[in-house]
Amino acid sequence: MRGPIYLYVLIMWALIVAGGGVLVAILGPLNIMGFGKYNEIVDSVVKAVIAMLLVVLWIFIMSRVKNWIFHKQVGA
Amino acid sequence: MLERPVAAIIVSVLAFVTVYAITPGLIRALERRKMVVKDYNRVGGANVARPGGPSIIAGILVAEVALYAFYMSPAVLAIILTTVLAFFTGLADDRRVLGGWFKPLALAASAIPIIVLGYYAPHMVYESQLGFPLFGSVKIPLLYVALILFMIPITGNTINSIDVLNGVASGFMTIASFALTISLFIVHNYDIALASLPLGFVSLAFYKYHKFPSRIFPGDSGALTLGAMYGAIAIVGHVEIIAAVALLPAVINSFLFLSSVKRIIEHRQLKANPVEHTEDFKLKATAHREAPVTLVRLIVANRPMTEKEVGFTIFKLALFSAGLAILTAFMMGVRV
Repeated sequence: MRGPIYLYVLIMWALIVAGGGVLVAILGPLNIMGFGKYNEIVDSVVKAVIAMLLVVLWIFIMSRVKNWIFHKQVGA
Repeated sequence: MLERPVAAIIVSVLAFVTVYAITPGLIRALERRKMVVKDYNRVGGANVARPGGPSIIAGILVAEVALYAFYMSPAVLAIILTTVLAFFTGLADDRRVLGGWFKPLALAASAIPIIVLGYYAPHMVYESQLGFPLFGSVKIPLLYVALILFMIPITGNTINSIDVLNGVASGFMTIASFALTISLFIVHNYDIALASLPLGFVSLAFYKYHKFPSRIFPGDSGALTLGAMYGAIAIVGHVEIIAAVALLPAVINSFLFLSSVKRIIEHRQLKANPVEHTEDFKLKATAHREAPVTLVRLIVANRPMTEKEVGFTIFKLALFSAGLAILTAFMMGVRV
């Protein structure tokens, strides 16, 4: 049973690295203007929403991978 | 001002010796006051002293206060204050059973010193950007403050959730924190690398008494102290992602647990335990449908194992993650 756990750790690590790339690619160039003194707040809120959506997507993928790798045990 | 290698030796020795020396006295004091809990995984169910948090916080404070006296760094002060607040959160939970939401909220409050000190000493406590391997960093000024408030409860509770078998929390923390120290050296953050050394040495000294068969359990005050300090170091050291990678086996444990019970609850509220005992007192996976899926349950899924064997299996996973964390630290300097 230990092999699949190592595989799961490795996939999780790869998803963190890849997720970082997506985050930098999407959030990095994003710079919302036109709200005057609220620019920073609006910018942060938009980035927060995008980051949360990415986290939800990451959890969804990890959950699917978990069911795929540990299907026998998780279904116990 | 002391040279860094000398300071590194002093804080490491102070942290290790303090915990190594005072823990036996703490064990005797706790046993005298009948502050013991049953070790259900031990044949005969021996009573074990709890909590070991006071000796853990003593070791951390002695070393970190010495480091602060040497360099007067606001980042070190932020680590000290956050860790102490997390210790008191854990101590409150050790003395009185508190609700499932109390710990996350109190731990979030423990992170406030990092934010306040960061406000008064910009760029000296934390940077409002998240660095990733290969791809660079992303600046998130206000969002980063929210991240700080999330990070301390996550690391605190993650270490607390893996404190299920003799020696696992302290042994795991020893491996993860030394990996973090090495990573901090790799990314040239030498000052915070020094501040992270006491965490590894305190965990190592405590492991001496916590390993199988345990003479003392860290309790919430110990586990939350270790976890919160780890999170604080990750923030002030700008190594959040590396720190998360080193914790992956514990993160997986929390993820599996939460995705099977689908809410935040304490272990004591579970309807069924994830593992059971065989006749020769080995651990085996339960077939109970309402039991949560945990890392230990997966490890013993194929065959029953002794508690010591399960502990060493978790340590091997921790070493694997530590390797990935160090690899990630090297990748921080590479851009695609």
